[in-house]
Amino acid sequence: MSDLPIANNQMRTTQIVQIRTESPSVKTFIFTDRLCSKAKPGQFLMLWIPGIDEIPLSIMDTSNSLVSVTVKAVGDATRHLHDMVPGATIGIRGPFGNDFTESRGRVLLIGGGTGTAPLLFLAKRLALKTDHLVFVEGAKTANELLFINEVAGICQEKNIITTTEDGTAGLQCLVTQPLASLLEKENFNMIYVCGPEVMVKKIFEMTEARKLPIEASLERLMRCGIGLCGSCVIGKYRVCRDGPVFNTIQLREMKDELGISKIGFDGSRIPF
Amino acid sequence: MESNALSISCAGLTLNNPTMLASGIMGYSTESFQRIANSGAGAVVTKSVGIQPRVGYVNPTVVQAESGIINAMGLPNPGITIFSEEIKFSKMILRVPLVVSIFGYSAEDYAEVAKKASEAGADAIELNVSCPHVKQTGAEIGQSPKLLSEVVQQVKIATNKPLIVKLSPNVTDITILAQAAIEAGADALTVINTLKAIAIDVETQTPILGNIKGGLSGAAIKPVALRCVYDIADQFKIPIIGCGGIKNWRDAVEFFLAGASIVQIGTAVADNIEVFQSITKGIENYLRKKNARSVKDIVGLAHRK
Repeated sequence: MSDLPIANNQMRTTQIVQIRTESPSVKTFIFTDRLCSKAKPGQFLMLWIPGIDEIPLSIMDTSNSLVSVTVKAVGDATRHLHDMVPGATIGIRGPFGNDFTESRGRVLLIGGGTGTAPLLFLAKRLALKTDHLVFVEGAKTANELLFINEVAGICQEKNIITTTEDGTAGLQCLVTQPLASLLEKENFNMIYVCGPEVMVKKIFEMTEARKLPIEASLERLMRCGIGLCGSCVIGKYRVCRDGPVFNTIQLREMKDELGISKIGFDGSRIPF
Repeated sequence: MESNALSISCAGLTLNNPTMLASGIMGYSTESFQRIANSGAGAVVTKSVGIQPRVGYVNPTVVQAESGIINAMGLPNPGITIFSEEIKFSKMILRVPLVVSIFGYSAEDYAEVAKKASEAGADAIELNVSCPHVKQTGAEIGQSPKLLSEVVQQVKIATNKPLIVKLSPNVTDITILAQAAIEAGADALTVINTLKAIAIDVETQTPILGNIKGGLSGAAIKPVALRCVYDIADQFKIPIIGCGGIKNWRDAVEFFLAGASIVQIGTAVADNIEVFQSITKGIENYLRKKNARSVKDIVGLAHRK
């Protein structure tokens, strides 16, 4: 939860301080923002690209007054953001939404694509509480496997599994593939997931079959970011206000929609 | 106090308490309506639906202002044909009245959407008249007594469900529009829709909203909405649904005293989705304290000379 009542969290502008290229299609943008620098892993912010669009982004890291977000160029807004240079002005609202609970014990983190970003933020916090972190990361191809070095700095090498769809790095399979045997072998106190919703759905089915606790961060079309417009609704929940992190019980309540259909720009239900 | 002190019948609708979800908030899906009803709303109003699907405006569509928010969603909706299925589904599940908000660019549009929404099971129709009239670019239907009257008359012919007209405050004298709606056959008035507003960023020196201008809601507009309710109640007998910046029981009671029989709550949902419950509880306590038997007993009391 943010400190302020939601309706008082006004947009403010700030300048991009630094831009890091993570892969051919992914960049991390670092800027100063007092409120968002207090965000917890799992929370998101709304980033305004002046004159173009405003998009929801998971917070990837905070330090002192700095905030980092990791963005893949996928559409008009994100491409404009990728074209920006340090010093460029952006608008920020947030932080919004809930955060991951920080579990102790044996913890498994599963990230798909840029979904790895908020999990890296979480893993840094968890590393202070537990010494058994397993990180599974999947991407389409080798150069899209994000934050490999950062993850290696937190988890022991034997506890990192990478997968690519084209086999250019790690195992050639979907990220869900190595999980079956991993979940057979090891018991986990908590499983954290962030990635495409269809991936989340598959992993949730696996954890349900084994009665394991899970927290998943979901991504939906978001407009207001403060629980009013209804664009990000899944079941009875609003991803922006009740999420973006949902627990086992909540995921059960939304299983008729999870990875099956979502609300489009015109408010109609569209299949994945 | 028995809970029927809170129940209210007006304009052909019976609510178990005098709070409604305002149009535009979370209003696409049955699951959302159900959640709002479970949070204590006496009725729910859908997002505004038109004939054709609309994707709405580009973001930012919502920006926080001092004591309120400005929105320019751009009437995103799936169109009445698809939405009729959602209305039917809602009617099977929902135990509170479902009011369908509709918009159009001509009287014929409104009539067609109202007819389809009624056939699908809407308990009442609320007219959103704050969108531009195509044949008269720039002017809103809700700003012209003549256009408003035409729309209300056509919708009255198309449906026999209670007809609520949501008035725009962006006019010189809201009572003139109220009179036009009443004479054309409106069963109730929702007072008020958002106030036209703009947000400008000083750094980039540009308007923030994708659509440049939007509508202001929230605490900032409450005194204006209250005055509009007071003015209309002063002149006309029609049931009024007060709307604008209501976030607690005290706000709600102010609207009842000004002449409203029901209140709608929208923006306050951002801070607390359970707001309906706390407002209803507060109204109940107030009625007991003032020895009033029902909400009806306090409607319009501020007009005593």
